[in-house]
Amino acid sequence: MPELVITVARFGFLILLWIFVFTVVGVIRRDLFAGARSGRLVAAPRAVGASTGQAAKPAKVKRGRAAHQLVVTAGQLAGTRITLGEAQITIGRAEDSTLVITDDYASARHARLVPRDGQWFVEDLGSTNGTYLDRAKVTGPTPVPLGVPIRIGRTSLELRP
Amino acid sequence: MTVAATPAPSPVTTGGESGVRLARSRRNAELSLLLLAMVLVAAYGATVEANLLDTVTPDFWMPAAALGAVFLGLHLVIRFLAPFADPALLPAVALLNGLGVGFLRRIDLGEAAPVDRESLAIFAGIGGRQLAWTLASVILAAGLLAIMRDHRSVSRYAYTLGLAGIVLVMLPAVLPRSISEINGAKLWIRVGSFSIQPGEFAKLALLVFFAYYLVRKREVLSLASRRFLGIDFPRGRDLGPVVVVWLISLLVLVFEKDLGTSLLYFGMFVVTLYIATERVSWLLIGLILFFGGAYLAYVLGEMVGGPFANFYLRAEIWLDPFADPTDKGYQLVQGLLALGTGGLFGAGPGGGQPEILPEVQNDFIFAGIGEEIGLFGLSALLVVYLLIVERGLRAALAVRDSFGKLLAGGLAFTLGLQVFVIVGGISKLIPLTGQTTPFLSAGGSSLMANWLLIAVLLRVSDGARRPVSGSAGKAARPTGGPPEQLHGAPTEVIKP
Repeated sequence: MPELVITVARFGFLILLWIFVFTVVGVIRRDLFAGARSGRLVAAPRAVGASTGQAAKPAKVKRGRAAHQLVVTAGQLAGTRITLGEAQITIGRAEDSTLVITDDYASARHARLVPRDGQWFVEDLGSTNGTYLDRAKVTGPTPVPLGVPIRIGRTSLELRP
Repeated sequence: MTVAATPAPSPVTTGGESGVRLARSRRNAELSLLLLAMVLVAAYGATVEANLLDTVTPDFWMPAAALGAVFLGLHLVIRFLAPFADPALLPAVALLNGLGVGFLRRIDLGEAAPVDRESLAIFAGIGGRQLAWTLASVILAAGLLAIMRDHRSVSRYAYTLGLAGIVLVMLPAVLPRSISEINGAKLWIRVGSFSIQPGEFAKLALLVFFAYYLVRKREVLSLASRRFLGIDFPRGRDLGPVVVVWLISLLVLVFEKDLGTSLLYFGMFVVTLYIATERVSWLLIGLILFFGGAYLAYVLGEMVGGPFANFYLRAEIWLDPFADPTDKGYQLVQGLLALGTGGLFGAGPGGGQPEILPEVQNDFIFAGIGEEIGLFGLSALLVVYLLIVERGLRAALAVRDSFGKLLAGGLAFTLGLQVFVIVGGISKLIPLTGQTTPFLSAGGSSLMANWLLIAVLLRVSDGARRPVSGSAGKAARPTGGPPEQLHGAPTEVIKP
């Protein structure tokens, strides 16, 4: 084998190795961009949960509009959302709840959300640790404004338009 | 129970669009990357033959073709059973595995008598055995993908797997030396000429158990804590399990004489703990405990010897390998010289002298390859490892359930840690320990366990990238898994 061929093969292999690496990076990069863009389109729940100022803003702008979604903003299920219909939503650790939360501070049947004339009401179902609407403890059926957090244990929920 | 009667406006359509964009399966990208990887393996084989035999035999492409065929089979399995799995994982692993087989075949060629070289069968020697092991491992990985249709189903066997893992870890320690000891480390079970390393499989089993245990305990671990020096420390009683694992890893260190494996188990547990609780204090506690334990073992090894002597010796070699370059430090010194000879671009595949290096087919394969492809090639290989780990972590970030997050994150980290331990060992960053280089080193146990690990990562990434909104996602989800977390309500994930 001539020396030239071996040298070409030797460096050609190294170059091919790096071409492979960059091709893989190219494939991944497109994936990463796809993920990032969709992340920007929809509000990040964590940021909303962290600063109440941001949470209050959309609520103010969209006051009066009907709620269409229930979004979990904090806790293990953060990021989950449920499209609201006309049926009530039950929340708790029981397997037959609409939203099953695996929170050590939640009761089996913790609370429920009931729609009445386009307005959603939260109702505590006699839970051990209570349900809070923003800072206030929920005692009876309470109307839930958009964007105000409902707190159950370490989980936070919000209604969104 | 709850049905979306009113079609929700804008937010849902946005979610749907992003779902469609993410839902591309990227299987064709995987196929072309796989082909490129196999071309690379064939090119490596050709270059080796050109260097060693002065000619390229007409059969140089045979190992690459055999590997390519079986990887293609796995690709097809993924295409049908895990269509949304990560496209970069399989080609990256295939490249590493292929180059490993190629390098081992290169060692065989170097050791064979010159007259036999041109007619070396593809299943001959350690390269051939590695090739056979690869075929078996890939088939096993495909089988795991076929059985495990949902990664959450493994959580049902978490305690069984945890027990099995501990038994596998402790087995070589209690077995007599004649069965379990190779090169001073008691890590093996030898039956005749056949030997398996149960620790490699224990890694996977233990990680499933850790992930399951921590999903159940994460609340109490991250909530109940005391603040000290600005860092939240957990309560004493919650430290119980981590102390137990620490003790097990120290026992491994002492009785199996293997720092690498003990570091691997301990790092694995601490990091899954950290992922579960997001508390930096666990990392601090882990590092302090491990370095404290290792230092203690070093001091004890110097003073009393006995079971600690092996570790003391390794640490001494690490501190000054050139103190005894012809005997105790021989392996490490030769490895460093090989890397130095390789320089920036290496001697070319087939142009080095890996036969001088002791254990070049196992622990020192990275030094052996480094001599021939140089820093330039080695860094490419390290980047490939990095990409595999990154894809694993990415799957962990994207998957929805906590168990999957912990499982994928822990597996990806463990793979990265193993590469760090062995590459750090041969480049004299940390004391050298007998770890295999994942996918490169000769050895069926390691190869098989790592392929199973990749199968789990593929499964988790499939679950992570599978579109969750719409009926297609629901229909594609296999039945018979554990109860879904949300009942009767269509749910979507906002955060990718």
